[in-house]
Amino acid sequence: MEKPNLEYINQLARGDQSIKNELIDVIKTEFPEEKKDYYNRLENKEYKKIEENVHKIKHKISILGLEKSYEIANKFEHNLRELNLKGKEDFDKILKAISDYIDTI
Amino acid sequence: MNCIIVDDEKMARVIIKTLCNEISSLSIVDEFSNAIQAIKFLNENEIDLIFLDIHMPDFNGLDFIRSLKNPPKIILTTSDPKFAIEAFEYDFIVDYLLKPIELPRFKKAIDKAEKKEVSKTNASSNTSTSKEIDNDFYVNIDRRLIKIDLPSIYLIEAKGDYIKIKTEDKDYTVHSTLKKIEEKLPDSLFLKVHRSYIINVKKIIDIEDNSVLIKRDVIPVSRSKRPELMKRLDLL
Repeated sequence: MEKPNLEYINQLARGDQSIKNELIDVIKTEFPEEKKDYYNRLENKEYKKIEENVHKIKHKISILGLEKSYEIANKFEHNLRELNLKGKEDFDKILKAISDYIDTI
Repeated sequence: MNCIIVDDEKMARVIIKTLCNEISSLSIVDEFSNAIQAIKFLNENEIDLIFLDIHMPDFNGLDFIRSLKNPPKIILTTSDPKFAIEAFEYDFIVDYLLKPIELPRFKKAIDKAEKKEVSKTNASSNTSTSKEIDNDFYVNIDRRLIKIDLPSIYLIEAKGDYIKIKTEDKDYTVHSTLKKIEEKLPDSLFLKVHRSYIINVKKIIDIEDNSVLIKRDVIPVSRSKRPELMKRLDLL
């Protein structure tokens, strides 16, 4: 599986450490909340809300340079629109990879 | 250009702010995590450019666009280009940016927005569009924006910090003042006849001494407002 990276964040910060820290802080705060929200909605099978969660998380996936994962998330989002949970396992793996990674940054 | 950011995701707002800091002509005035807050702000502030996320829960970017009376220039931000296509029917939409947004593409969009300045001014002077929009407005009730047709309103009453808007079909209680709503109403139809009442002059059934009858409501008319009211009536 591809590994998350900070290439986009570094590009955006252009060497400014305070900007880089701010962006990382936001990911570290916002991502766990979004992930928690996603699992809560999943438990209640609120498809529309799950789709919204996946859409939000998709942005984090792209920020962390996970191109293939982004495509997986896209397909999962589309399936959710049709009230189908196909692709959930793969999406959950992406969430785990991101969680593991942000603990290290 | 004075800008605001409307996006439910903090990360997206921080990224746009970071990109804006690279361009000296841009000044971020405020940011909003939901569209309804932004509409309230736009009712009271003049802005040149909005960075607008399309995909937001409850009240999305397209709903937001449709609710704007005098829209400034808008750059859409989205993870999904197909959502942007519908919005492009509006000529104040300058560009759309796919997330994650990169600086060179961002600069290009800002260039477009700056060049759009002249044509935007011309577009806003197109009165046929604004007349159509002026036939209705939106009120915020319990975080929902509800459209009200102006001609259907027959009475607006001040109630402390609220106003009660009475229409042919329904009554609405809105957190606002009579002064604020008066600014949105066309003079040809509405008149403030008392410090607590605005009436639709076309809906008056009869006038007696210092009061008017509208539907079943008897509304007092201030002495100072009576001449103006009489002037408005088409007397035989």
